[in-house]
Order: sequence, then structure tokens, then C-alpha cells
Amino acid sequence: MKIGTPKEVSAGEARVAMTPDSALQLQKLGYECVVESGAGVAAGFADALYREAGVEVVKTAAALWKAADIITKVRPPNATEAKRLTDEKLLISFFYPAQNTEQMELLAGKGASVIAMDMVPRISRAQKMDALSSMANIAGYRAVIEAGNNFGRFFTGQITAAGKVPPAKVLVVGAGVAGLAAIGTATSLGAITYAFDVRPEVAEQIESMGAEFVYLDFEEAQQDGAATGGYAAPSSPEFREKQLAKFRELAPDVDIVITTALIPGRDAPKLWLADMVAAMKPGSVVVDLAAERGGNCDLTVPDEKIVSENGVTVVGYSDFPSRMAAQSSTLYATNIRHMMTDLTPEKDGQVNHNMEDDVIRGATVAHEGAVTFPPPPPKVQAIAAKPKETVPEKTPEERRAEEAAAFQQQTKNQVTLLAVGGALMLLVGAYAPASFMQHFIVFVLSVFVGFQVIWNVSHSLHTPLMAVTNAISSIIILGAVLQIGSGSFLVILLAAISVFFAGINIFGGFLVTRRMLAMFQKS
Amino acid sequence: MELGFTTAAYVVAAVLFILSLGGLSGQESAKRAVWYGIVGMGLAVLATLIGPGAGLWWLSAVLIAAGGLIGYQLASKVEMTQMPELVAGMHALVGLAAVFVGFNAHFELVNVMAMDDAAKKTLDGFAALLAKKSGVEINILRVEASLGIWIGAVTFTGSVIAYGKLAGKVTSAATKLPGGHALNASAALASVICLIWYLNSGELLPLLILTLMALFIGYHLIMGIGGADMPVVVSMLNSYSGWAAAAIGFSLGNDLLIVVGALVGSSGAILSYIMCKAMNRSFVSVILGGFGGTSGPQMEVEGEQVAIEADGVAAALEEADSVIIIPGYGMAVAQAQQAVSELTKRLIAKGKTVRFAIHPVAGRLPGHMNVLLAEAKVPYDIVLEMDEINEDFPETDVSIVIGSNDIVNPAAQDDPNSPIAGMPVLECWKSKQVFVSKRGQGTGYSGIENPLFFKENTRMFYGDAKASLDKLLGMID
Repeated sequence: MKIGTPKEVSAGEARVAMTPDSALQLQKLGYECVVESGAGVAAGFADALYREAGVEVVKTAAALWKAADIITKVRPPNATEAKRLTDEKLLISFFYPAQNTEQMELLAGKGASVIAMDMVPRISRAQKMDALSSMANIAGYRAVIEAGNNFGRFFTGQITAAGKVPPAKVLVVGAGVAGLAAIGTATSLGAITYAFDVRPEVAEQIESMGAEFVYLDFEEAQQDGAATGGYAAPSSPEFREKQLAKFRELAPDVDIVITTALIPGRDAPKLWLADMVAAMKPGSVVVDLAAERGGNCDLTVPDEKIVSENGVTVVGYSDFPSRMAAQSSTLYATNIRHMMTDLTPEKDGQVNHNMEDDVIRGATVAHEGAVTFPPPPPKVQAIAAKPKETVPEKTPEERRAEEAAAFQQQTKNQVTLLAVGGALMLLVGAYAPASFMQHFIVFVLSVFVGFQVIWNVSHSLHTPLMAVTNAISSIIILGAVLQIGSGSFLVILLAAISVFFAGINIFGGFLVTRRMLAMFQKS
Repeated sequence: MELGFTTAAYVVAAVLFILSLGGLSGQESAKRAVWYGIVGMGLAVLATLIGPGAGLWWLSAVLIAAGGLIGYQLASKVEMTQMPELVAGMHALVGLAAVFVGFNAHFELVNVMAMDDAAKKTLDGFAALLAKKSGVEINILRVEASLGIWIGAVTFTGSVIAYGKLAGKVTSAATKLPGGHALNASAALASVICLIWYLNSGELLPLLILTLMALFIGYHLIMGIGGADMPVVVSMLNSYSGWAAAAIGFSLGNDLLIVVGALVGSSGAILSYIMCKAMNRSFVSVILGGFGGTSGPQMEVEGEQVAIEADGVAAALEEADSVIIIPGYGMAVAQAQQAVSELTKRLIAKGKTVRFAIHPVAGRLPGHMNVLLAEAKVPYDIVLEMDEINEDFPETDVSIVIGSNDIVNPAAQDDPNSPIAGMPVLECWKSKQVFVSKRGQGTGYSGIENPLFFKENTRMFYGDAKASLDKLLGMID
């Protein structure tokens, strides 16, 4: 079968759904690849590169749609494209089926299959095809770069001969994939980064990226984020008020605000209100990643950059991934390639549209003449760690009391052990002759020393420990050496054998130990 | 040489031995510690050879040299994977030596007691010591000698069987003769009766029977312990060989033997204890062999094992940021540690975090995996213990299980009826993806089904560990 990728027709869209690299991988799956001439130019992939990778390049979009059995593209098809998608063909692209019902029904009626890359379920196995995440990652990165471009100062604090520069303060609202990517980029540029999210369970992720989580002092039974597939759910009005108050408090301090808050299937919540923008210092920047869905900021104008009355730049671009077309095309093409891998279990270049498979079923919105959206809930739920049950912090007094109790217990055990041991010793001493007692004391002390010493041996050295003790246990040779001078032949013979065996053991044991230890090395 | 000098040398040797054991607390100091042990041993042997009471010293010297040559050959040729066998085999030598020395003590005692007072005056060395003993002391000596012989004999056959099991020459399954522990108990009882008989008669026959009984106990005890418990057995035998040396030390009146024997004995005992704790088993149940009785049927395992090929594993590794490798006995068997090390190097070169998780009882010898990885030049600071790494699995992209089974068995946590319930295990199934390199679909050493292999995020990478890894290495550059 042939996989084809046309040139994107939406204005300003620079991405492409197939790269020369991904074409090579697709060919390994048994497919032939074809692209429309100039499809990758905006993303930096010239036709020649495709040809080199064994991809057929056709002149027109019409020829491509005709030649290919499977069409992979980025944006949802427009009316012309939808017309070209005939019976038996498979379209893989972003589709937004909830907002695109009409076209979905049209395509389903024609008997075409559609896989929506934005509908890939959020389960661990499907991460490799999660195009939303890979695009969000790029958007988050780009948002910081865009902010830096419009921000007149350094991100990192510096003390130079020409004066002191304070570090920029960045606030990221919404810690999804885009938010976390933005946090990572901002912190690595040297900014002091704060982040907020309505899902308390992401605090750990935020902190792991190097930002400070902005805590809200609010008592509410939080919904487990995992129950909504890892996305945020709308919050209560009280919570929202508290949240806005916190933002108002932060607004005069922060230099850059990056908002990424989206709730699936709804308009973006307004979180950065006009009065907050007004409270910000002149020269500050707001980057609104939710612009496409109306924006998180009151002042956002979709697809435009505006400057507020007090000199705050508000960036409302909605095409951040497209602004880094080479990177986003590579990632998106890889997501598509993974989808094809799952669709081609036999690697024979034939699509096996297995509707039993959770991932394929979830992403398919039209198949065999029927609309298959919305999908049933996946059999495997999103795997997210359950919030840990918090162990109540112990007060210092309690802890001290516990320690004291443990210490007391230890003392008691030790004293009991000593008393019993001592009594036993006395008992032995009362009956055994003095010559025996001398040796016995030595024996008991040695056992004691052995116990004290061995506890400190590190776990990884247990094998060398065994080898050493094995070598040392051949000290039995002393006994044999002392006996070998006897007059009796039998005694000499037995002693000689013992000396011989112990000799093997001494040399063998120590040598093996040295060999083992010589191997341990630090990186 | 004077007795005083020998004693002084013994004191120095004893201190060196203690330092030698204590030095094993860290990798760097351990290298120095071995030298302490070697010098201590050299000093002790030399002082005894030139000290009072050692006749025929040239014969001893020749024999030590000859034995040393063989020991050198053995130790330099042995593969690191055969280390467990070698150590077990060498325990057998110590055990046998203890038996012989104990018998010698008996023969000398008989000789000396047959002499008249005049002849006794002319004796020197060990015999002179015996001649001076009173009646009670002679009885104590007999107890000590028989104890030394008994423990030595148990160590001998036990170590031989352990060697056979580790080398694969004896079946590793726990097998018992009909009668089981009753047989052991009656053999032990017979030994006690022989001891009393020997104390009263002083003849050779009861001592011989006692030895036979001990040989049988050693054989039967270790035969009844499954292969998975071998680390504990080896360290236990180590401990026994120490106690045997200490008992012989008592009968010969040699303090250094007592000191060293006690050191070795107690260290082996602690090691066994640490390992039993790691497996959540009581020491007694390990020694008595087999798993404790389980109540009720084990959980049924649902799902199927999904196989994967090398290219799938390679692709997943390409995408992973953090990887944890869990080696087990299978890695040792397949000699795959070099391939594992190479894989680690390549992954690290790609900027991925690669770490090793070592279960305390992985392999057939305590610390077995550490030694193998060290041999393959895996830096020891990325090799972590179970407790250090278990919490990190949820943040790990890929776990690779190479030839381990029971130590990654989730049934230990989930299934109260599992024979290994309660044993701490490496929670690798919490990582995003698990690859299990395994020869076939069989169960592990303990014969327990492993639900890990049936999990959603587990893929089975069938084949000999080394061959599989080599194939994988071809795809990662």
C-alpha cells in the first residue's frame, strides 16, 4: 500500500506529516511512500531529500490523493481535500472530531476511514503516538523563546562590572506537557520559575523540573486527575476566586507569564484578567498558549501580538509548533510512524485496522462507513500514580519519645543478653578447669569481635568477604603443622594431607579475593 | 624459637585478621584488607613452622608449596561465574582437614596415654601438652576433638553437595530421603550417643561412627535445600568451617586457631542471618530445607506472555531516558555480563540514565551479581541495592530483567498464598515498560509462576541472555 503526504493547505502551516527519516522507517514496514512536491520545503525538507530516501514525489495534490491509499497530514482536511478522500482510503491527521462533526459524518458516509491523532488515548502504551504531547512540548519551549524575544532583559541574574541584573521571574499557569516544557526551558535559561496547576498531584512534577509550585491554601476534595485521563477538570467558583487572588498577588512581581490552561471540550478559562495585566511592570510579557481556544488572558487577540496600555506585551500566537516546523515535523512524523507500526503488526505493508486494540479503536473516528466517535472508554485506564497517603508528620516531642523508647528497649535487650551470657560464663567457669577457661575467654571475645566487625561489611562485598573468610579458615593448617612432627606414621600421613589441602585453600582463597576486589572500580 | 615469640606472632596475626575483615566495609579499603589477611596468614604459618613443637618442617613447607601451586592454578583459571562453586569446594577442603586433625589428636592421645611417665618426659610439642593433662582435661579434650571432627565432617559432605548443586552436577531441587528430618535427628542423636561412648571408652570405633553420622547429616541436610537458598547455604557452610577450626583450636590448645575460627564462624553466621532477612525467611526454615507450608491455593495468573524481538527492545531503549537493569542468575549462567556492560556503556553515551538494581539474594552467592558486574567493569556507583532503588521504578522508562525471576515476582506482595509471600522484591513492574530476557516459558528456581511475565507492560525477550543481548547490541550504536 502507498502512504502519501500532501502539502499542508492551511495558511501559515509549515509542518509536514512525513519526513525523509520517517519515510525510511515506513518503508521498512512494507509501505511505499509518496509526497506532494514542495510538501516539506517549509519545514526544511527539500524534494531531493525525499527522493534520496526512496520517496516518490508527485507534482500536484490531486495526483497525490489519487495515488495514495493512506494519507497522513497535520491539519484536518478542508472541503476540497475531504472531497478527494474516497472510499477505502485511510486518513491520519489531527481531526478534532468533537468540533468537526459534519465533516466526520461526510467522510464516514463515503466509506473512508479516519484516524484522529488528537484522539489517541492517554495510556502508557500509546505515548509514542501521542502527537498532542509532542506538539505541546514544542509549544511550551517555543513560548519561552517567544517571551524572551519580546522581553528586554536577561533571564538569568548577573552581577557584572556594568551593574547588577536581577533574574527574570516566570510564572507558568497550567502544568500539562506544554507547561512542564516551558518550566524546563525557563529554568534552564536561568529564570526563577513559579508554576501553578489545579491538580495538586503535579506539584511533584513541577518541582522535578526545577520550578516552585504555587500552593493555594484551599480545602476542597480534589478530584483525582487520573480519573479524567490526566487532564484538568473545571474547578468550583470558590476555588477560582482563591486562585485569582493568588495571581493578583503575584502579578506585580513576575516578568513573564505563560498560560497553558485548557479544559478538554471547553473554552479556555480566563485566568489572567485585565487588572492583573495592568498590575504588571512595563516591559513584561504574557504568552498565551490557549489563544486558539479564546485565551487564558483577557487581552489576548488570537494569532496576534499586542502591547497593552501599560507596556505589557501579550502574545497570542496559536501556531507555536508550526514556528518550529523542522522539529515538530520530525516528532509528528515519528508519532505517525508509530501509529503505522501498530496498524501493521505483520510488517507486510498491509493495514490491519484492529478495532479490538484500545489505541487504534480510541483514535479511529470513522471506519467502514460508520462514525465511531466517541470511543468507548479504554479497557486500560490511564496509568497515573495514586496520590500517596500522607503520613501525619510526627511532632518533635513524639519523635523524641519514640527514640527514647527505642533506646530504652535496646538497652534492656543488651543488658538481658549480657546478664544471661555472663551467668552462662560463670556456670562454665564453676565446673571447667582453668586451662580450658583461658581458651574459652579468647573464644568468646573473638566471637564478639567477629559480630562487631562483620555488621559493617558493605552488601556488595559479601562475596569477597566469603572468599576471605574461606581463605582465613584454612588457619586449621596450624593444627596440622603442629601434629606432623609426631612419631606415628598414620598421624604424619593425615597431617600431611591436611597441610596440603589447607595450602590449596590459603593460596586459592586469597588469590580469588584479590581478583574479585581488583575488579571493583568507580566510574 | 621460644614459645613467647610464637605467641607474639599469633597476637599480631589475630589483629591483622580482624583488620582484614573490618576493612571490607568499603571497596577501596578492602583491597588493603586482603593484604592484611595475607600477611597475617603468612606470619601465623611461619611462626608455627619455626616455633616449638613443629617437627618435619621441611615436609610441611614442601606440602604448602605444592598445595599453593594448585590453589594458584585453580584461582587464576576459574571464571568469575564459577566463583560460588569454587568457594563451596574450598570449604570442603577445610572441613576435611579439620576431620583429619581431629583424628590425629585422638591418635596422639592414645599414644601418649600408653606411655609410662619416663617416656612422657621425653616428649615435646603437642604430645608433651597432652602428657600434662589431668583426667577432666582429657575428657574435655575428647569432647573438643569430636566436636571438631563432627562439624568438619558435616562441612565436608555439605560443601561437596553444595558444590555439586552449584556446578549443576547434582540436581538443584530439594530432595530428601524418606524419613526427612527424622533421619537427620536420629543421626544427630546417634552422634551424641557415640560421643558419650567415646568419652567412656576412648576407643576409635565410636569416633568413626560419629564421623559417618556427621558425613550423612551434611549430605542429607544440603540435599534437602533448594537451589534458590544456596547463598545462605554457602555462607552457613563458611560459618561451620570456622566453628570446626575453633573446636580443633580448643583441642590443640592453640589460641590463634580459636580466634580465627570464631571470627570466621561468627561472620558466616551473620551473613546467613542478613540473607535470610532479605528473603523474609527464618533461618531455621532455610536450614530445614524446602519452603514452608502454604495455606490455600495460589492465585491464578491471568493474561498471556507477549514476546518481543530485539528490534522492539532497541526501539524502546532509544526512546527511554532512564533504564534500570535487574540481573539475576540467568545472566551469570549465560556469561552475559560483558554484553550487559557494553549495553550500559552505549546507553550512557547516549545520555540515558542507566542503573542496576541488585536484590540481596540475586545469584547463588551473596554479592554474586556485584562481583560479576565488577568483572565486566560496570562502575560500582551505578549498582544499587534493592532498598536504594525500589522507589525509583515508577519514574523509570524501561526495566530490563536479565535472567532473574523470583526476585521480581509481584506475587510476593500480592498473593498471600504464594510460597514467597512477604519476601521483599524489586518492584520493576511499576516502571513504564519491562523487558524480561529469559530462556523459555519455564518457571524460576523455586518453581513458582511469575505474574510479572503476564503484565500489560511486560514484554518477553526470549532466548539465551548473551545471544539476545548481542543481537540487541547490534541495533544500538
